[in-house]
Amino acid sequence: MATPLVVSEVFKSFTMHLRDGIKLPVVNDVNFSVAAGECVVLGGPSGIGKSSILKMLYGNYAVDAGQILVDHKDKIVDIANADPRTIIDVRRHTMGYVSQFLRTVPRVAAIDVVAEPLVIRGVEASVAKENAAELLSRLNLPRELWSLPPSTFSGGEQQRVNIARGFITSHRILLLDEPTASLDATNRRVVVEMIAAKKEEGVAMLGIFHDEEVREAVADRILDVSAFSPRKAIAA
Amino acid sequence: MTDTPLLKVSGVSKFYGSRIGCKDVNFELWPGEVLAIVGESGSGKTTLLNCISTRLLPTAGSVEYRMRDGNFRDLYHMSEADRRFLMRTDWGFVHQNPADGLRMAVSAGANVGERLMAVGDRHYGKIRETATDWLGRVEISADRIDDQPRAFSGGMRQRLQIARNLVTGPRLVFMDEPTGGLDVSVQARLLDLVRGLVNDLGLAAIVVTHDLAVARLLSHRMMVMKDGHVIEHGLTDRVLDDPREPYTQLLVSSILQV
Ligand SMILES: Nc1ncnc2c1ncn2[C@@H]1O[C@H](COP(=O)(O)OP(=O)(O)OP(=O)(O)O)[C@@H](O)[C@H]1O
Ligand SMILES: Nc1ncnc2c1ncn2[C@@H]1O[C@H](COP(=O)(O)OP(=O)(O)OP(=O)(O)O)[C@@H](O)[C@H]1O
Ligand SMILES: [Mg+2]
Ligand SMILES: [Mg+2]
Repeated sequence: MATPLVVSEVFKSFTMHLRDGIKLPVVNDVNFSVAAGECVVLGGPSGIGKSSILKMLYGNYAVDAGQILVDHKDKIVDIANADPRTIIDVRRHTMGYVSQFLRTVPRVAAIDVVAEPLVIRGVEASVAKENAAELLSRLNLPRELWSLPPSTFSGGEQQRVNIARGFITSHRILLLDEPTASLDATNRRVVVEMIAAKKEEGVAMLGIFHDEEVREAVADRILDVSAFSPRKAIAA
Repeated sequence: MTDTPLLKVSGVSKFYGSRIGCKDVNFELWPGEVLAIVGESGSGKTTLLNCISTRLLPTAGSVEYRMRDGNFRDLYHMSEADRRFLMRTDWGFVHQNPADGLRMAVSAGANVGERLMAVGDRHYGKIRETATDWLGRVEISADRIDDQPRAFSGGMRQRLQIARNLVTGPRLVFMDEPTGGLDVSVQARLLDLVRGLVNDLGLAAIVVTHDLAVARLLSHRMMVMKDGHVIEHGLTDRVLDDPREPYTQLLVSSILQV
């Protein structure tokens, strides 16, 4: 099997057209790969480009140059140049993403938010819900919240819904953007265990964790994003 | 992932005299895909939607549609009768103003049943049963089936229009500002409903909206129009979170958060 994720010579900048077209370089010449069963953690100071890298991998941010190669259904797909339809298919079957904050959809119950990634893959609704229930109880989300839309939930409750949604599928690649930031110690430990289980299953994970304890517990390798900083390149 | 698109739009332009309606639009739409067309007032969204759905004849370009037999037909070279049949059976068109898409003087049940009769359903009991079922799916209670839509609220009318359009199991639905005239809480309910139906039925849809939150919620892919031209086109969350074009950045920055 091919390496699940290979990032090669990726460049990213933002051009701010509303501010006289100034160009904000974010990362230059990013190179790394993530093997199956490995958890790589992106490190470096705030604003260095960690989240931007995850978003490029997920197709959420455009890429100026370079390749993001993903092993998708036994073919290599370059996310940097893939059409929207392909990216949606990659998200559906190969690559999951837990964002820092849940984007709530009006009127959809928490348990359905969690079950949805399975349902759109064709899993029967009742089975998907059972899996969702299992994850939500594991993450200690009070049962009486399951049938409510998460828009009124606390930050930590929303985040647990978000984590459950990201972990419910058996995607081969999982991107995690500070999933434990708003959780208490008990639930942080649950997430650490869930990440360990994904590793066992051979999932390739790339994450951002500010919490040192969590990082120590999950990281096989820490990749310092400062190494890709264009500012550093200028200073040198 | 199927490998054949449902719709191929090539070089579609529409001029009103010397004024540009839309200019040189190209894209393909696949089964199950929802495309949002966004842009400010007068940018050509409705013109484009009407050209694609053959409600308007473009000045140039072609639109090909994959029929149920698998063959592509050029929509502008079809007979009027074939085109009407297609629109009644395989397509839906949801208007911003429900009065444009409903018959206001016949009952809710008949509004839905009529479309079934157009595809050859003749059994009265079955038609009524299907109509009741569809009213339920759009959250209109069964005891309103004999009421005329003029007795309905704006949100109910819009839901009825959606039921009328979806009852024949279309493969492609066009929507022009489906939540336009509704107040915010009613909009949320309608959007949630449309989102669920589109997912469940695996419909392809083209949704015109000036509301980026609607585009975010409903669509996979998004086209931004300005002065009749498509200026940016891509995955919906990419266009909204990392807009490339100056005009798209302006659009995205002028709303609070989508
Ligand atoms: N959509 C965007 N448009 C413009 N600039 C952006 C956008 N997203 C990120 N940036 C800029 O890119 C740089 C990197 O941001 P990013 O969010 O990737 O940092 P980070 O390393 O994740 O920081 P933190 O640890 O604070 O989350 C920042 O200067 C940020 O302002
Ligand atoms: N029948 C017509 N005759 C002449 N000009 C027209 C006609 N219909 C539309 N136009 C012009 O074509 C341009 C595009 O109009 P269109 O209705 O497609 O815009 P739109 O993007 O749907 O706007 P809105 O958001 O206000 O509905 C406008 O400048 C409009 O004035
Ligand atoms: Mg970040
Ligand atoms: Mg219009």
